[in-house]
Amino acid sequence: MAGETQTISEYIVHHLTNLTYGKLPAGFEREDGSIVADGGAWVMAHGGEEAAAMGFNAIHVDSMLWSVGLGIFFCWLFRGVAKKAEAGVPSGVLNLVEMIVEFVDSTVRDTFHGHNKLVAPLALTIFVWVFLMNLMDLIPVDLIPALLGLAGVHFQKIVPSTDPNITMGMAVGVFILMLYYSIKVKGFGFVKELTLNPFNHWVFIPVNLFMEVVGLLAKPFSLGLRLFGNMYAGEMIFILIAALFSAGLAWAVPAGLLQVGWAIFHILVITLQAFIFMVLTVVYLSMAHEDH
Amino acid sequence: MNINLTLIGQMIAFVCFVVFCMKYVWPPIVAAMQERADKIADGLAAADRASHDLELAQEKAVERLKEAKEEAAGIVDAANKRGNQLVEEAKQAALVEAQRVKVSAQAEIELEANRAREQLRAQVAVLSLAGAEKILGATIDPKVHADMVEKLAAEL
Repeated sequence: MAGETQTISEYIVHHLTNLTYGKLPAGFEREDGSIVADGGAWVMAHGGEEAAAMGFNAIHVDSMLWSVGLGIFFCWLFRGVAKKAEAGVPSGVLNLVEMIVEFVDSTVRDTFHGHNKLVAPLALTIFVWVFLMNLMDLIPVDLIPALLGLAGVHFQKIVPSTDPNITMGMAVGVFILMLYYSIKVKGFGFVKELTLNPFNHWVFIPVNLFMEVVGLLAKPFSLGLRLFGNMYAGEMIFILIAALFSAGLAWAVPAGLLQVGWAIFHILVITLQAFIFMVLTVVYLSMAHEDH
Repeated sequence: MNINLTLIGQMIAFVCFVVFCMKYVWPPIVAAMQERADKIADGLAAADRASHDLELAQEKAVERLKEAKEEAAGIVDAANKRGNQLVEEAKQAALVEAQRVKVSAQAEIELEANRAREQLRAQVAVLSLAGAEKILGATIDPKVHADMVEKLAAEL
């Protein structure tokens, strides 16, 4: 969407704006000058300002669709394999899927020592899903937004994991599981852990509680924001490189080289980030299961 | 970069996918992999067993072969012995037969000789009488000189 009339910063901002559907508050003046009537209105946002005005009552249609679409792709692919799976000689996609399952299984076995049927499938879902979402980063930044632009859709972020809602959504899901299992496994011990650690004396209970709660809350943030930060930065660099192409023919060759180099490096990053998200999830759940 | 309903939407989607994975994806794949691992382990064990069996069978075969060889050697020995014995027996029989033939031949010869001698003896008496008659120019009464002739004949 690097039109002639666009400045570089407009181009970048445009690329970082989600396709948002939400409720505009009453009295908001829209881009085209119309005023939102009383009670608000559910509309597609035209630009970041309107999206910001929607506040919490909005949904990133592009993030949601890509994320759910990739999740369905994951389910379809793995369910197909699961149906065909048998003890015979594996081949083709069966090999790939079994390799991933084996890898996740051994990682979970190494890290998680409790008995929980949920953890391994959870880890598999997280790993593959996050990897697929990150993988969208390798598609040239302008390709799909430009195609959709031709179809009349003017904002599109195709990498769901560059949306903090997506990464934090998953992190909060993991956090809820952590709390659930902490309470289920440790019971009252969980309260003790929060209040009598690291200073085992009743005087220190407030201090302990503060430190432990901060530590606990840091976990979902570290999980979600690490993925978001890495992917957002990676996406940003792709956008900057893409912006270089508009700087004239002389920049085309170095920009192309940068693009290829960063993409190759990014293959490592997206796999690593998916892996880290998975491992941290397993580690946190493992900690929730450890009764002192 | 607003936090909004997308967060909730993603959480719901997350739960759905995890539940789907836990119910319909993970168990069959892991079960199939486990089954395959068991199968491979069984196969390896069977191969081990088979090679062990083969070794045993080979040992047995070698033993059998040895036994058979020994047996064959024994049979050959016995046959040789028996052959020698037969030859020996035949030899013995032949010797005995030869002896017998020799003895009977000698007996016959003796008999023949005796008979000839008897004939000779009988004729000697006549001849000597005839000779004496010629010498003496007279007949000799055999009855008179019978003693002398007898004596002569016995000396022959």
